[in-house]
Amino acid sequence: MSFLDKAALKIVGTRPIRPDGVDKVTGRANFGADMVMPGMLWGRIKRSPHAHARILGIKFEKALALPGVKAVTCGADFPEVTPERAHVGAAPANLRDLSRNVIARGKVLYEGHAVAAVAATSQAIAEQALDLIEVEYEVLPHVMDIEAAMADGAPLLHDDIFTAGVEPKPTKPSNVSKVVRFAIGDVEAGFREADIVIERRYTTKPVHQGYIEPHACLVSVAADGQCTIFSSSQGQFMVRAYTSRIVGADIADIRAIPAEIGGGFGGKTIVYLEPLAYMLSKKSGRPVKMVMSREEVFRATGPAPGAIVEVKLGAKKDGHITAAQSILKYQAGAFQGSPVQQGCICGLAVYDFPNALTIGYDVLCNRPKVAAYRAPGAPIGSFGVESCMDELADALNIEPLKLREINGAKDGTKATHGVTWVNIGYQKTLEAARASEHLKAPLGPNQGRGIASGYWHNAGGESSAACHVNEDGTITVTEGHPDIGGSRASMAMMVAEVLGVPFENVRPVVGDTTSIGFSASTGGSRVTFAGGMAVTQAAQKVVEVLKQRAAVIWDISPDAVEWKDGKAYPAGPNAGAFEPLDLATIGNRAARTGGPISAEVQINAQGQGPGFATHICDVEVDRETGFVKILRYTAIQDVGRAIHPSYVEGQMQGGVTQGIGWALNEEYIYDKDGCLENPGFLDYRIPVASDMPMIDTIMVEVPNPRHPFGARGVGEVPLVPPMAAVANAIFAATGLRLRDLPMSPPKIRAAVDAEEPPRLAAE
Amino acid sequence: MPRVILAGMAARRFTGGLTEFEVEANTVRRMITELDRRFPGLGNQIDEGMAVAIDGEIYQDAYQAQLNPDSEIVLIPKIGGG
Repeated sequence: MSFLDKAALKIVGTRPIRPDGVDKVTGRANFGADMVMPGMLWGRIKRSPHAHARILGIKFEKALALPGVKAVTCGADFPEVTPERAHVGAAPANLRDLSRNVIARGKVLYEGHAVAAVAATSQAIAEQALDLIEVEYEVLPHVMDIEAAMADGAPLLHDDIFTAGVEPKPTKPSNVSKVVRFAIGDVEAGFREADIVIERRYTTKPVHQGYIEPHACLVSVAADGQCTIFSSSQGQFMVRAYTSRIVGADIADIRAIPAEIGGGFGGKTIVYLEPLAYMLSKKSGRPVKMVMSREEVFRATGPAPGAIVEVKLGAKKDGHITAAQSILKYQAGAFQGSPVQQGCICGLAVYDFPNALTIGYDVLCNRPKVAAYRAPGAPIGSFGVESCMDELADALNIEPLKLREINGAKDGTKATHGVTWVNIGYQKTLEAARASEHLKAPLGPNQGRGIASGYWHNAGGESSAACHVNEDGTITVTEGHPDIGGSRASMAMMVAEVLGVPFENVRPVVGDTTSIGFSASTGGSRVTFAGGMAVTQAAQKVVEVLKQRAAVIWDISPDAVEWKDGKAYPAGPNAGAFEPLDLATIGNRAARTGGPISAEVQINAQGQGPGFATHICDVEVDRETGFVKILRYTAIQDVGRAIHPSYVEGQMQGGVTQGIGWALNEEYIYDKDGCLENPGFLDYRIPVASDMPMIDTIMVEVPNPRHPFGARGVGEVPLVPPMAAVANAIFAATGLRLRDLPMSPPKIRAAVDAEEPPRLAAE
Repeated sequence: MPRVILAGMAARRFTGGLTEFEVEANTVRRMITELDRRFPGLGNQIDEGMAVAIDGEIYQDAYQAQLNPDSEIVLIPKIGGG
């Protein structure tokens, strides 16, 4: 059954108050650090002070002698994750690498790498014990940056990494773990055909996801091996599976209970603490709680990669692009697996390039292993491509929006990665930009307007849902994904729409791993799509049961019953004359008509529908101080169908805000020894409310026919265009092209000085 | 017969550089089996690391997805997300 007719919808598309809102604004909601248990110990982690070093020995004697210390652990306590056991289910993580990221074996690979952990009766004692753990290191040469890591003779992080994706297979190990390549047409012929060719190099710095809640968990392992994990993550089933594999326990022995989550943005799609807390609890026989400090979050949890992006575009004088090429080099951090592949694909996916080539390099360096961050990889590649599009527009003297209208992807376009687009809304985002008031608004001195577009795949995958009719006719719906962006509200709205009942009659809950079937993590902009598909199907099953129960009450055939507006009706005059039965009546008589009324659904959702966006940004640049003020920002996005428009707008505004931080201020600063110098929000500057104007949103709705309500993912693509939109606006305001992020005041000042050498004081 | 396209480099090492070929299959599972028979190792490569776009729609870990005789199947890297 389809609900694609927007005019017929009564609840989907409205803006009810979120069911979890009161708990969150009154402080009742339990986040990762809120849980306590009787007899609970506090765990702390001993971290490497070196960027690269061999661990020669760890001595725990002094720490264990400290009163209150109950357990210690290090890499030797953890089983080796063999290549055969490095993956579990359809989850993407390499658990061998993840295990070695959770706790070092043999070598430390970045400053902050966990070396050992301790559990004690208080935080103060655990902290004191860390200083008593003696670790002997042999310090090794380290390498932090991409080109240095790729150079011959660079310090090697792993001697068993041989570059994949090149022929013949290399015989020497390398810091380049992988080379990927996608091509369409004949790129060299395309450049020969061009009237103008421009080639530029852009760089980005690693940035942290910046979730406000640090990682936290409470783990209790019983004497028989059964374990309960309470933690903040993007997926309780992910926590269960990854922890089980890293500690060597059976999945069925672990119950993972999802806490509320104070932001993840991709950074909580893997584990850091849970396996350590598990081992300390197992050894001590007591529950162990671990909470990272902000400093630990910065030093040891995954940022998005820093990168080098080289882009070459060739075009005819009329603006038709004949060839495009991008070379992307991404920092993977200490273990392989940056999102360079997606950066290659997504950067070029917005356009109809007849000839294109993109090559990506995954480069190891002595930094924390990168983790997913909203549309992983895409914002970086797009910063390069969308900046270069602006430079091409300038060279051709064509309006940047016009250049995108000429070359933008549409249904039937074959993308560089081979996919032929169907049901995409990119051109509609350009139409909305063209028609927007923002585009027509006048600008003042030192002000400029930039435009940029972006693409993200979105995701589907495994989701489970349960829908229960309670005795009074109210509904409980259980989903298996942590609610990060308002999914409880969206799930309840879709169920209410299907059942024809008020939104307030449906109470959504997030189940733990023992109360709902397997569900993949909240990530990839997948939950409203895949989870929504599951809850819709569960509600539809319930409707069929309700019709059967009404038929029993009326003693007629179920085929003679129809369901509308929350009630059962006789399907026609031949069915008999009966008063409609509402949910409360049917629910109250459930025992007599066959027992509890419930339905559960498990699916692997496919056909998620791609996401496209176009952003417009106005800035004002103070050439004297280098300060960039964001004056106005409009995010335009194909959202498929907005189930709860306020939360869709919130996703768009949140993505823009993080993108502006990435564009203007955020960066890791390391000293010469590879130690992080700004591990806190005072020195690592994320945007605050006073930095931001109201971010306007324009939701374009091109329904995804694969979803019952037309939904497509919305949470990630808003982070793809902002960096280039800001850079392009700065260029429009000043004539200065900033190609290196962040475009912070010192960079702006340096660009101004390069253009206008500063006058000497004596002049 | 459905037509398979390899846009990326990862799978080409199994096909001797071939980037487009037809396959006798009406489901993704059968396609993987058939491709592995013709290009040993490619089946596992698809299983572990790839999604497929069938006529423009993305499918991942979906053995039962149907292929039409005129379907275009593009092998692309698996999609994760944040």
